[in-house]
Amino acid sequence: MSWRISRQEAPITIFAVDVRITPRSGILDPVGETIGRALADLGYEGVGRVHAGRLISFELEATDADSARATVTEMCEKLIANPVIEDYAIRVRPAATEAEIA
Amino acid sequence: MKIGIVRFPGSNCDEDCHRAVSEVLQGEATFLWHKTHDLQDADVIILPGGFSYGDYLRAGAIARFSPIMREVIEFANGGGPVLGVCNGFQVLCEARLLPGALMRNQDLRFHCHPVRVRVEHTDTPFTSAYEAGRVLTMPIAHGEGQFVAQADTLRDLEESRRVIFRYVDASGEPTAEANPNGSANNIAGICSAGRNVVGLMPHPERAVSELLSSEDGIGVFRSALAAGVGAGG
Repeated sequence: MSWRISRQEAPITIFAVDVRITPRSGILDPVGETIGRALADLGYEGVGRVHAGRLISFELEATDADSARATVTEMCEKLIANPVIEDYAIRVRPAATEAEIA
Repeated sequence: MKIGIVRFPGSNCDEDCHRAVSEVLQGEATFLWHKTHDLQDADVIILPGGFSYGDYLRAGAIARFSPIMREVIEFANGGGPVLGVCNGFQVLCEARLLPGALMRNQDLRFHCHPVRVRVEHTDTPFTSAYEAGRVLTMPIAHGEGQFVAQADTLRDLEESRRVIFRYVDASGEPTAEANPNGSANNIAGICSAGRNVVGLMPHPERAVSELLSSEDGIGVFRSALAAGVGAGG
């Protein structure tokens, strides 16, 4: 865990955030469909519906996971996803420190 | 009476729009740099085509937060005429000035060729110079032009006469074959509830002289100049 004292003296954690964006259910996904057809052409059987999307990853400083998640939800609604055509799923977990990685 | 054309990094139809106004129609046009907050007293605003911010994230998603968009949104909400062409249409949807969204073309191909669109309604600042039902030939050039919206939004657009351009065949019928990108209801362009904001995927600025093989798009700019005069500019 990586802790730091903020100006408000509240402990800050660095969270690793993943946002997975996929075409909204019920909306045609031509990219996913094309990948599915290509897999079938290659002889793979039993492949169900394919969805193609994007993964956005970043680190975020926050006091706790809930507030990190709330901030990321706001980011998604504003910029990261377009709710008219896309669904998003958020994963927030404490970022590994350099010591842990080494 | 002045038409302001916003330049985002990656806009590439800005010059064409300027020339349609200034050279073909002898009107006054000016470029508006996206980093400013100054509409330069323009009476009409055009968001041109191109690939603003490289289409990163989603087409139009980043441009929508450019500094000048704050003023453009204020201008639009105050009833000012705003036109979005191609990438400009995508920006207007991302800014929620127009409903729906523009997705990857159904066949995943970039379409760059002339299409026919029918002018559905003429009571907008950008279609007043046309007769309703007229079929125009204009080029499209986009990879993400498939108009999609929720079923109730689509119903509302149709019922409130806000579908302004529709892809049609040679006889003026909105057939599946005439639809280049899979757009719902063959929609090529729509307007806002106040009818002052119009977005379309085809490029009227690329159809303003016989040299470009069509003059059908000039009416969009002729309408805009008339709208600006009406607005007292």
